[in-house]
Amino acid sequence: MLLIPCPWCGPRDETEFHYGGQAHVAYPEDPDALDDAAWAEYLFMRDNLRGPFAERWSHSGGCRRWFNAVRDTVSHEMLAVYRMGEPRPEIP
Amino acid sequence: MTASPAVRHSPLESLGDALASAAPSTAGAVALRELPFLAQVDLRCDPSDSSVMRRVEAALGGALGTALPIEPNTVATLGDLAVLWLGPDEWLIVGSPDAEGALEARLREALGDAVGSVVDVSANRTTIEVRGPAARELLAAACSVDLHLRAFGPGRCAQTALARAAVILHQTSDEPCYRILVRPSFATYLARWLLDALDGLEGLDDLETAVRSEGRT
Amino acid sequence: MTAIPATSRRLPTGGRIDRSSPIGFSFDGNDYSGFRGDTLASALLANGVRVVGRSIYRGRPRGIVAAGAEEPNALVEVTWPGGASDPMLRATQVELVEGLRARPLRGVGRLVAGGEAAGGANGEAAVFDKRHAHCDVLVVGGGPAGLGAALAAGRTGARVILVDEGPELGGTLLAMPDDGGDRIAGGPAMAWASGVVGQLRALPEVRILTRATAVGHFDHNYVLVSERRGVADGRLWHVRAREVVLATGAHERPIAFADNDRPGIMLAGAVRTYVGRFAVRPGQRAVVFTTNDSGIACAGELAEAGVEVATVVDARMDVAVVGTAGEPTLTGVTIMAIDADGRPTGHPRDVECDLLAVAGGWNPAVHLYSQARGTLRYDERLACFVPGATVRGVQTAGACHGTFGLAEGIAEGLAAGAAAARAAGFGDGKAPRAPSVDTPLLPADPDVAPGSIAPLWLVPAPDPDAEGSTHFVDLERDATVADLSRAVGAGLRSMEHVKRFTTVGTASDQGKTSGVLGSAIAASLMGRPVGEAGLTTYRPPYVPVSFALLAGRDRGELHDPVRTTAIHPWHVARGAVFEDVGQWKRARYYPLPGESMEESVLRECAAARHGVAVMDASTLGKIDLQGPDAGEFLNRVYTNAFAKLPVGSCRYGVMCRPDGMVFDDGVTSRLAEDRFLMTTTTGNAAPVLDHLEEWLQTEWPTLRVRTTSVTEQWATIAVVGPRSRDVLRALAPDLALAPEDFPFMTWRGAEVAGLRARVFRISFSGELAYEINVPTWHGLAMWEAVIEAGAPSGITPYGTETMHVLRAEKGYPIVGQETDGTVTPQDLGMDWIVSKTKGDFIGRRSHRRPDTGRPDRKQLVGLLPLEPDDLLPEGAQLVDDPDGPLPMRMVGHVTSSYRSAAVGRTFALGLVRRGRERVGEVVHAPLVDRTIAATIAPSVLYDPDNLRRDGDG
Repeated sequence: MLLIPCPWCGPRDETEFHYGGQAHVAYPEDPDALDDAAWAEYLFMRDNLRGPFAERWSHSGGCRRWFNAVRDTVSHEMLAVYRMGEPRPEIP
Repeated sequence: MTASPAVRHSPLESLGDALASAAPSTAGAVALRELPFLAQVDLRCDPSDSSVMRRVEAALGGALGTALPIEPNTVATLGDLAVLWLGPDEWLIVGSPDAEGALEARLREALGDAVGSVVDVSANRTTIEVRGPAARELLAAACSVDLHLRAFGPGRCAQTALARAAVILHQTSDEPCYRILVRPSFATYLARWLLDALDGLEGLDDLETAVRSEGRT
Repeated sequence: MTAIPATSRRLPTGGRIDRSSPIGFSFDGNDYSGFRGDTLASALLANGVRVVGRSIYRGRPRGIVAAGAEEPNALVEVTWPGGASDPMLRATQVELVEGLRARPLRGVGRLVAGGEAAGGANGEAAVFDKRHAHCDVLVVGGGPAGLGAALAAGRTGARVILVDEGPELGGTLLAMPDDGGDRIAGGPAMAWASGVVGQLRALPEVRILTRATAVGHFDHNYVLVSERRGVADGRLWHVRAREVVLATGAHERPIAFADNDRPGIMLAGAVRTYVGRFAVRPGQRAVVFTTNDSGIACAGELAEAGVEVATVVDARMDVAVVGTAGEPTLTGVTIMAIDADGRPTGHPRDVECDLLAVAGGWNPAVHLYSQARGTLRYDERLACFVPGATVRGVQTAGACHGTFGLAEGIAEGLAAGAAAARAAGFGDGKAPRAPSVDTPLLPADPDVAPGSIAPLWLVPAPDPDAEGSTHFVDLERDATVADLSRAVGAGLRSMEHVKRFTTVGTASDQGKTSGVLGSAIAASLMGRPVGEAGLTTYRPPYVPVSFALLAGRDRGELHDPVRTTAIHPWHVARGAVFEDVGQWKRARYYPLPGESMEESVLRECAAARHGVAVMDASTLGKIDLQGPDAGEFLNRVYTNAFAKLPVGSCRYGVMCRPDGMVFDDGVTSRLAEDRFLMTTTTGNAAPVLDHLEEWLQTEWPTLRVRTTSVTEQWATIAVVGPRSRDVLRALAPDLALAPEDFPFMTWRGAEVAGLRARVFRISFSGELAYEINVPTWHGLAMWEAVIEAGAPSGITPYGTETMHVLRAEKGYPIVGQETDGTVTPQDLGMDWIVSKTKGDFIGRRSHRRPDTGRPDRKQLVGLLPLEPDDLLPEGAQLVDDPDGPLPMRMVGHVTSSYRSAAVGRTFALGLVRRGRERVGEVVHAPLVDRTIAATIAPSVLYDPDNLRRDGDG
């Protein structure tokens, strides 16, 4: 079970969190301006990386805050967590 | 027609005797009881808005920076009131039974037009008190949060799960004594789970040590 | 004090057994006696029991091979005093207790009936506890390296947990004699160990768990530890450690030679343990077959214990045991020289013996390390796999690290403990000074380099045509070198494939003695270096664990929360039949004496349609939304408009996900200009709140609106039916109830039965209805008042089944029943609720996707069986031609199906391809034994013009 460092509550067991998929996929400013292919790209297409991956989590069993995390998808190491709206930090 | 008496029923009223039997059956290591009908008001407001913070904290009877804890998972105590951090812009104010009406009105007035919310949630949770030298050990059967004094202690709170029930856990004293705030629909399940777990305290190698060392503090 | 007969296999002195505490037990129906401190295995050996079972497939007699978790043969069923039983344990790990009854596991074993596992008809139920624990440093293994690590870490003030699978700490030191063995810090080895344990016990932040096996090492140092408690009970520790030191020791490996499975053939390290720790002579006349110094030490200790050592066969001198004799137990071995290729050569020599101690070399116990994603490398000098690259937060020490010397192991443990504490923020990382260690000199052969090992895995039979079908590799699986040859001959090259083809390493011992041996032999059969061919994956659990242990306290009525409403006691007293809705117990119907469910539901429906009925709707999700932008927010999350909803009014809304599919529905009411109360479906209360917070926090953080769950703040009582107004009038005389004063889809704050309440005029049945909300603690009192006030009108409590029938008659869909994440509002025939004018909302763009606009999508329709008594099963697939060829083309499925009192027949709702344009056509539901034909109908079967919601008039 992962130990996920909530930026507010500190490390908690994975069971307290909900996974929110890839981070930094913003809702389009004007959905009507997108053709069907571009809308489908927003809806369905996500990266599937090996290594550091920016993703969203919600501490739904705790403070209910959404946040971003960079997790290594191979080792599951949580490399960084940061609050919504903050840029993805550089991972050394 | 009126309800015969305007009676309130607490979720654990039928388990009162069972909870009371914990202390004698564990030789005083753990005492359990329900604290029904505590006043609870959920407050959300913007901590960076110092004028609303000042108004709200004054409404709670504290000076700016004393009533609404900013450090996550900590509790401010002001007389009868405990103010629990629930999120960066959310607090739960817990008071004595029947205080919720006045509390909600005061806070709503203090909030004014500022962004936020004030909601009476007094009936949304009941409270189980776990007290005694083995209280921490009992909770460790159900709770994955580290409750060691180095990580948790009096004046700390956590929203987490006990067994499979979502709770707000609040350590109120170093006896230790904890309050578990749990939704009414989960209260019977959780109370039974804790009662069942009492026998796990027997034969816990270090329980005697725990009882001795907690007894000292 | 029991006298020890001179002929006993038990030594008169020594060992860590308590000769003043004899223990009676039975094995396979025979009574025996051992001592406190014995395992079942040591007691059996002390009683001369050499055959402990038969092999699983070939029925060959088998004896005890090992002294710990790696035992492949001595599997037993155990019945504990008190009656609880275990279906499969290793005799080497069963502590002897008075009255224990054991018998060999026969064949493939058997599943134990539930009651038996729980203690049987008369026995006590075993109790399995659970506990979370946190520490800075977890040390796994209480041998010399682990003790050193725990001490070094504990002294820094770090929180340390030390776990060991045995009842007593010391590991290999437990088998060392007080005189004549290794000496640590100038005294007996165990004196040092006891001193360390004493120091650890005095440290307040050190917790020692004995009889506790770390069974799984998961992400971020989450380690599960199985602790045995009392006689039959257990406890599963969920340990979260900042740092872990693995000092798990090593497992000795056997050597594959002909007939290497006879009872009397044991691992040399196990022989040393039985002699030294349990004071048992495992034989009278021994041969030692070794590849390294530990066999030499074994021979010395056997001789010291009075066992005649016939010869030592040291593979480093190019000799080997090539075969054995004896039925059912070992009577002798055949020894030959081996050539440079390892093939027997020269003349065979037979030696009589009843014990063959095999020292094939040591495999570091890297199971947990591998589970923690540690990689391994093959060390040619040590001839074993050792930990390779470092894993964050995990260290290995001692034999687990490939460090087999005692002095070096202790020093490594001390260093690892200090480093782990430092990494967790305690101490300076400096290892305490290691104690001096004096190891007795072994008799040295000038031709053999001390400390060297001959990497010998396989001794072929002298006959070059022999297949190796008695060269056992995996004793528990009866798998042999012949099996490995077949696998390699069949072209398998991956060790994972070889493992599955041969079953080597797949038994309950998880291949502790066979895995590395099998891989090495397979590698040599492929002509590849052992290190290059590699090993199979180590997976948890390290030793078998029972489901009861994993379930812990979450069993029976506690296995999952049972959620109940404030009115639940009334439902129980009234004899309601309940159904599970998620974790909730909801009253399904309230049978009168002798009534069937069908009769109850028809009666309850009739009351709601023609009189008055009442339902506990408290489980509905409720969310309080406050802020000036709440209306705008609702406009964005619902498909229809809310911003202009007047205060005091209610509106039904449908929520979609971005893909346009229906996510939830419910009624939202405007409590004040800047405050709304949203209701959600029972099952979606938490997901909807998460959904709202997700959009508020991640996409629209500037919207001035805040959400709070109030699901359980309010008890909700639905009073339904044309006579419901009468009941409300009696309860709330001050509330104006005329339709023009209190219209449909509005709410009022009122005093009801003397209690402050919110009353909502909303309806899920099509009838005149009121939903009364009071704080949960008043729910039961309000319900009782409603029942009392409704008595003159014949008020009838109804459950979820009737609720379903009533809403289905009106064609109201239920999210999760009519919808499954692939259904749009348009599919439900609810295009009317999708705003065309208010601007963007979640899901809107997707309603223009080509797929959601397809004309042949499944659409919600009513289904009327041609035979009005036929009830379509929910979930039934629908086809156009029931006589067509298989597979039939399915055109839809049934989502809800009921008997209706109102329309006097059965009916169903279903999703049918192009359904709305097919009204009047017939579709068929082919079932197992018959086919039901049904006419497609509009989805609203009852009161399509909504004439009844204000009552009878």
